[in-house]
Amino acid sequence: MATIYIDGRPYAVDARQNLLHACLSLGFNLPYFCWHPALGSVGACRQCAIKQFRGPEDQRGKLVMACMTAASEGARISIADAEAVAFRAGIIEGMMQNHPHDCPVCDEGGECHLQDMTVMTGHDYRRYRFAKRTFRNQYLGPLVHHEMNRCIQCYRCVRFYREYAGGRDFNVFGIRNLAYFGRYQDGVLESEFSGNLDEVCPTGVFTDATHKRHYTRKWDMQFAPSICPHCGVGCNLSPGERYGMLRRIVNRYHGGLNGYFLCDRGRYGYEFVNGDQRLRQPRLRLAGGPQSLPQKQAAELLGEWLADDRVIGIGSPRASLEANFALRAVVGARHFYAGVADAELALLRLALEILRRQPAAPLRSMESADAVLVLGEDVTNTAPRMALSLRQAVRQQPMQALEALKIPAWLDHAARELAQQRRGPFYIAAPAATRLDDIARELWRGAPEELARLGFAVAHALAPESPAVAGLAPEAAALAGRIAAALRSAQRPLVVSGLGCRSTELLQAAANIAAALRRLNKNNGRNSPKANSTAEARPDDSSSENDARLALAVPEANSLGLALLDPHPLSQALDAVRAGAATVIVLENDLYRRLPAGEMQSLASGLDRLIALDCIETPTTRQARLALPAAAWAEDDGTFINYEGRAQRYYAAYPPPGEMQASWRWLRDALAVAGREAGRWETLDDVLRALAAEFPDLAAAATAAPPESFRIHGEKVPRQPHRFSGRTAMSANLNVSEPAPPPDPDTPLAFSMEGAPTQPPAAILPFAWAPGWNSYQAWNKLQREIDGPLRGGNPGVRVWPAPSSGERYFRDVPPPPAARAGEWRAVPLYHIFGSEELSRLAPGISQLSPQPYLALSEADAARLGLGAGEALVLILESQRFTLPLVIRPDLAPGLAGVPAGLGPLQGLALPAWCRIERA
Amino acid sequence: MFGIARTIWDIFLHGFRRRVTRQYPEQPAYLPPRWRGRIILSRDPDGGERCVACYLCAIACPVDCIALQATEDSTGRRYPEFFRINFSRCIFCGYCEEACPTYAIQLTPDFEMSEYRRPNLVYEKEDLLIAGPGKYPGYNFWRVAGVSIGGKDKGEAENEAPPADLHQLLP
Ligand code: SF4
Ligand code: SF4
Ligand code: SF4
Ligand code: SF4
Ligand code: FES
Repeated sequence: MATIYIDGRPYAVDARQNLLHACLSLGFNLPYFCWHPALGSVGACRQCAIKQFRGPEDQRGKLVMACMTAASEGARISIADAEAVAFRAGIIEGMMQNHPHDCPVCDEGGECHLQDMTVMTGHDYRRYRFAKRTFRNQYLGPLVHHEMNRCIQCYRCVRFYREYAGGRDFNVFGIRNLAYFGRYQDGVLESEFSGNLDEVCPTGVFTDATHKRHYTRKWDMQFAPSICPHCGVGCNLSPGERYGMLRRIVNRYHGGLNGYFLCDRGRYGYEFVNGDQRLRQPRLRLAGGPQSLPQKQAAELLGEWLADDRVIGIGSPRASLEANFALRAVVGARHFYAGVADAELALLRLALEILRRQPAAPLRSMESADAVLVLGEDVTNTAPRMALSLRQAVRQQPMQALEALKIPAWLDHAARELAQQRRGPFYIAAPAATRLDDIARELWRGAPEELARLGFAVAHALAPESPAVAGLAPEAAALAGRIAAALRSAQRPLVVSGLGCRSTELLQAAANIAAALRRLNKNNGRNSPKANSTAEARPDDSSSENDARLALAVPEANSLGLALLDPHPLSQALDAVRAGAATVIVLENDLYRRLPAGEMQSLASGLDRLIALDCIETPTTRQARLALPAAAWAEDDGTFINYEGRAQRYYAAYPPPGEMQASWRWLRDALAVAGREAGRWETLDDVLRALAAEFPDLAAAATAAPPESFRIHGEKVPRQPHRFSGRTAMSANLNVSEPAPPPDPDTPLAFSMEGAPTQPPAAILPFAWAPGWNSYQAWNKLQREIDGPLRGGNPGVRVWPAPSSGERYFRDVPPPPAARAGEWRAVPLYHIFGSEELSRLAPGISQLSPQPYLALSEADAARLGLGAGEALVLILESQRFTLPLVIRPDLAPGLAGVPAGLGPLQGLALPAWCRIERA
Repeated sequence: MFGIARTIWDIFLHGFRRRVTRQYPEQPAYLPPRWRGRIILSRDPDGGERCVACYLCAIACPVDCIALQATEDSTGRRYPEFFRINFSRCIFCGYCEEACPTYAIQLTPDFEMSEYRRPNLVYEKEDLLIAGPGKYPGYNFWRVAGVSIGGKDKGEAENEAPPADLHQLLP
């Protein structure tokens, strides 16, 4: 802590920070452009000028850039100084010289940092009379729109894209006042994080191309605090709705998880909600063809069918905890089955077992890891946002040199200059190339078992108690030694794995490494990171997270939530059907993705009644006797449990339209018809109470967010900005009398612009706004301290208590995989765009998704004399798929790469042995 | 007594004064051009729809009686997909006209909008759009803005230099 004087008054501030950080943390309005809390300072824009004085006697002072000046003890500064004010106004005027007259047709308008700063500095009249500089735009793909005229040359975009996110295909071109930010030629941006340009750029140069097609201003959207449904990371989102249509997603700051950034799957996957693949009407399939039913009648029919006691239920890893629990209540614990393949359920159970002993690292603490091993996971394609955090970790070790040189870590370009190309230890062992390979010190390729063996060897090298690996190849043994040495000498080592390879041994190996690291930690007494300027502990709610050494990527938004409800394996559901269960109810799940198509066919044909409850049309809903439209995640409230075991509540941005309703309500209505106890649930809180009663373990999920009864000054929290327009005209074409706002019996939020005037707790904060701060930069105003948790703490709670000691080692080291003559080991390859079920229905994402293919290594293709694009037949057990060949030089030999979740390949049980023939 | 007679006399004399009652509607009322009456949407001098669907009128409206949705033509020119004013709510304050950056929305000297049924006071774009530029004949927003649209490329707006040549390296 240091005391600084701002305009004569003393304030206590963080001495490790710069003056801009300090002023903003104290709540002062100081304009800035190039500084970003996650990117640090470069002093490029000159907008944050203040006066600094040498001492109490110094009356003249000098202008300094607040973002480039340390908040040193006793510093005396002035924000209000006339010269500083005039300087800042002059800078804005200069920036506006060439600025186009675009605000009315600019998608940034109303949430534009440049607009806010222009107002803040008081520049309001244009004096420049000469011709404005103009640029041509580029086509940057279906997700990001480019309008280069609006650039103020702050360099934030290129710093984010290249330096923070590691993108290579974007840069600054040209000289002097012609600096141009874009690609070297038109083309789709390669980075999986390109969408963040929209929020990083303080102007409207980069905007959301999907939003542009159904554009609505920020002030006109109804927002909800929400959680991303597209992977297991659980990033916080703010979806916005208008006229019953989901308009866009922006990031919702979470101090422990996603921070300021999202991945493109999470940002652009939302469009499935508006798509024509939605299931909108209850539908009964009769001999004479499908028949639409009204909601009430459908619920009654469902109730009648469920009265039968031979009903079984199949849950879903993409449905909320509440919906899964409601299904379990309907069919009973004995008849509740997991909606994932048996192998995946076993992996999820194993992951739970591991995570109860080894706490998972939150994303933000991964950023300060100083040695990383990624074991078998293509993180960018399975848990995308995690990859962005891991990318920051390689900076940690080189940055340790900063301290000796007294360079603060926020002085971004000095820090990067010092590090040059040096990177901290980062090792990746995976079946094929991953998008993080460019930062890895060493790579290792192999089949999942080989990777697991490498992992076990690392664990053994760290802790002799962990089992040794017999017969390891010398190169692998040497590599394991190097990895172990790097992890051992690190302050905050981290091992990252996941369910991507679908390998038990891999998870066990990762768990052993984490256990060994935690023990080393304890012995060395370095449980918490040193508080110094180079390696800051990211503030988070629980201190146990600081010594988390492990992260396991899980496949779906609520994979762990489903596993925690103790479902029976899916294969047993098939047995139950064979044994006479006549009615199967499938919750928000396409079983064709979970089972080989043949098995699914036989399941469906052996059934009287297949009931599918889903928000989208899938092969399963098309086959169902009764298909019921569920609300999509943006229209529904519920809880997801993410990879850390953090329960987070998401809320409906708008009530489910038409005949759709929340899954748990469908099930509740059915129970009411059947006259059962759970049929009396009125609100989400009732469901959560019942859940807590049945699963004391999950009681914490109920406390993840305030209950419905929560009020601020007696009022609910408004979902709409206070300037929401058009209330008396929006629906006047239908009815000239305005309808009352729809009630929301489930949550402390209101579908209204009226309500609590103060900042709500972070878990129910729908969007970022503060007076004078209309852009995303308003998060600064809602945090306890810049870049720290939001006021009231980071949202969500861990559902299981922090483990005390985690030393138990898995003992089953797998044998080296024996090659089989004429057979290939088929492994899944993941795609951020395409592998996930919901997001791939979004038009922008589907354009970027690959077509199904079969990948072989270069060596194997050459050996067989196969050329790229050649049609091959993949034979897996009795199934045959004709696929074009893709030659991947990076794939380990002997493996056949199969894209996960794409087309006809989605139900395959991988990894598996397969054969390949020419078509 | 005298008072009553006096009053009757005065009334009698009034019968010979100049009439001030205007025989509306036979005799139309004069309204100044800036009278704030029925709202219209105007067109550019070249006949295109002026409104660029910026939503500023909607947010300026104190009774929230304007609702619209933006869309774009294939060249990037933005316009309202629908534009609705609920005149049964409108208070004719003129804030929308003041907020409009394109002079598209204008209040006109016409107040004869009475209806027997309230829904008839809900005007859609077809009911609002007129054929000309209204009170502001010369202005065309697209000729000033930096966004390119059909018929106006980058660098062709008023006060714009031609698009920068990024390959030149002269200081
Ligand atoms: S970037 Fe901001 S200031 Fe510039 S045109 Fe867009 S909204 Fe207006
Ligand atoms: S494009 Fe945006 S972020 Fe990049 S330099 Fe220009 S204004 Fe800054
Ligand atoms: S897909 Fe995963 S990583 Fe991407 S935004 Fe959603 S939760 Fe975050
Ligand atoms: S303010 Fe003008 S340009 Fe903007 S939406 Fe309203 S009428 Fe259209
Ligand atoms: S924010 Fe300080 S110079 Fe740009």
